[in-house]
Amino acid sequence: MSLKPVAVLAYGNPSRGDDALAPCLLDRIESMLSNQQIPDTCELINDFQLQIEHTLDIQGRSQLLFIDASMNATAPFEFSDLQAAQDDSISSHALSPAALLTVYEQVHHETAPHAFLLAIPGYEFELGEPLSRQAEDNLRQATEFCAQLLSDQRLEHWKSLVSR
Amino acid sequence: MINQSDIEIDRLETAQQTEGLRRIAIDPVSRVEGHGKVTLLLDENDRVQQARLHIVEFRGFEKFIQGRPYWELPVLVQRLCGICPVSHHLAAGKAIDQLVGVDQLTPTAEKVRRLMHYGQLLQSHALHFFHLCSPDLLFGVNSSVAERNVVGVLNAHPELAKQGVLLRKFGQEVIRVTAGKRIHGSSAVPGGVNKSLNKEERDYLLQDMDQMIEWSQAALETAKSLFMQDLEYSRNFARINTHMMSLTGKNGEMDLYHGGLRVKTMDGNVLLDQVDYRDYNQHIHEQVKPWSYMKFPYLTALGKHQGDYRVGPLARLNVCDSIDTELAEAARVDFRAFADGGMVQSTLAYHWARMIELLYCTEGIRDLLHDDDLLGKDLQIKGEMRPRGIGVIEAPRGTLFHDYDINEDGLVTRANLIVSTTNNNRAMNQSVRRVAADLLDGREVTEPLLNQIEVSIRAYDPCLSCATHALGKMPLEVELLDSEGKRVHRLVKDSKGQLSE
Repeated sequence: MSLKPVAVLAYGNPSRGDDALAPCLLDRIESMLSNQQIPDTCELINDFQLQIEHTLDIQGRSQLLFIDASMNATAPFEFSDLQAAQDDSISSHALSPAALLTVYEQVHHETAPHAFLLAIPGYEFELGEPLSRQAEDNLRQATEFCAQLLSDQRLEHWKSLVSR
Repeated sequence: MINQSDIEIDRLETAQQTEGLRRIAIDPVSRVEGHGKVTLLLDENDRVQQARLHIVEFRGFEKFIQGRPYWELPVLVQRLCGICPVSHHLAAGKAIDQLVGVDQLTPTAEKVRRLMHYGQLLQSHALHFFHLCSPDLLFGVNSSVAERNVVGVLNAHPELAKQGVLLRKFGQEVIRVTAGKRIHGSSAVPGGVNKSLNKEERDYLLQDMDQMIEWSQAALETAKSLFMQDLEYSRNFARINTHMMSLTGKNGEMDLYHGGLRVKTMDGNVLLDQVDYRDYNQHIHEQVKPWSYMKFPYLTALGKHQGDYRVGPLARLNVCDSIDTELAEAARVDFRAFADGGMVQSTLAYHWARMIELLYCTEGIRDLLHDDDLLGKDLQIKGEMRPRGIGVIEAPRGTLFHDYDINEDGLVTRANLIVSTTNNNRAMNQSVRRVAADLLDGREVTEPLLNQIEVSIRAYDPCLSCATHALGKMPLEVELLDSEGKRVHRLVKDSKGQLSE
């Protein structure tokens, strides 16, 4: 099976309130794939958090989309270009996407694939709680955005959609 | 190292009076659920008067579990912790075996679960050693913050760091193959498993096996040589003398999946042996302290003041009599010889012990992959329902207890979990106090000194993260407050690692 050029990495805990935003969105993207709403050129990867081994999942890709709940993004979501950066998550059990790209470049001795981050604001993160109402609304709008984003996976298209 | 072994570290739990003392908080509030936090109270001469480690426990997991059908538990509890979901999955799986009246699984089911468990231990130990603690060990605790991280290791020791990535990935592939998916697997079902391996899956894992064992041996050698290179420091840093507990097999052999509880006292005598873990609450009680959300378990036979114990790799290597794989057994003998057959109490020896377990797991995976039971089709058995189920497993960080009551409808009415890190709560606090007494007492507090406190905690590999994460939280903040709580000084490390006041 050939490697799909785009990897979509969504991470979060589905049972911790709005931390479920990214896994929920990934489920919806999976449905889009099943319904052939978007081209079958992206691989969907779901995890609790990013860690060093994800450098192997993103190897050989041309483009990456990270999706995460965010404490400080502006509603309904922010879509940004990502650069490799060595932040403090580098020493933790959960790497930030930018730190993962840094580790990638150190492990593979090559520039990381072009990466983007879709940050969806979350508000409540309690164990066992469902998505908050505001997060539900953000998720709905982020889903519409992803349909648009993933329908055309050319780099120029994604760059044109980066939040101003 | 300042030798102040005469300082009675127990007295550092609570200062005799707090008036006029400065308060320093090491508070890495990097995740929503909360992490560990160390508070130190110093007098006007910088003498440590109080040192405490607080950990926010899995908040509300009883509520999360209560009212749910028992058969959901192995999937549900994985969401308690994104760091070691497989350990919770398997502990809950063992508990629901009890609920459905099954005391002995089929050989295929037990071996599939063991394989998954070894995969979990392997990936967890690899991450901790290669990427979380190796920066301290390779560069020294006084090295610069900028260097003391995984990127520093990748720069200075690229092959070692890459082996860590690939060992962890291999462990996760073992989990994926046994569970059928990377996360949220449903392998453990009441009385067994829902899938075994096919030949293609077995051969896929076997192709990398020799390499994984070779790298595990190298990692063990590295861990041992790092321990030995400054023996005086390694022997005494954060050292405390405690009793130790783990599961062992019937003949006293290391068994990370199943067995009886064994406790060795700090002088090496066996206090408890082959205790049925379903009787755990006769032997372990949990003390509540007003200053911590996390309970403090102790051995009931020795009481709350003398009953401290440790769990995890150091305890397991001290408690067992043998290991049933060749290379790991040789390493165990070597490890125990270090203490002339006595108890190895050095906190930094956790790292050495952890790498012996890494090797044990890779050897164990190899042996299981050569066992045709793994390909069997007899996956599940049934029994008579019971109202209570208790599952215990040796998770990467130590002994993990899951205890459930269900009603006639099969819904959970009560849940009690003692996670590995809770078992080590007293010991971690004592290690923090040891470092505070030995290294900080009477000195100006600096970042490298504070890091040594973190190094002592890190040796236990505590699971402080509960899988909740969100962008934008401040990863580290240190505050110096006066006795009235007024901030005197504040140091913040931002999300890019930059320090500011």
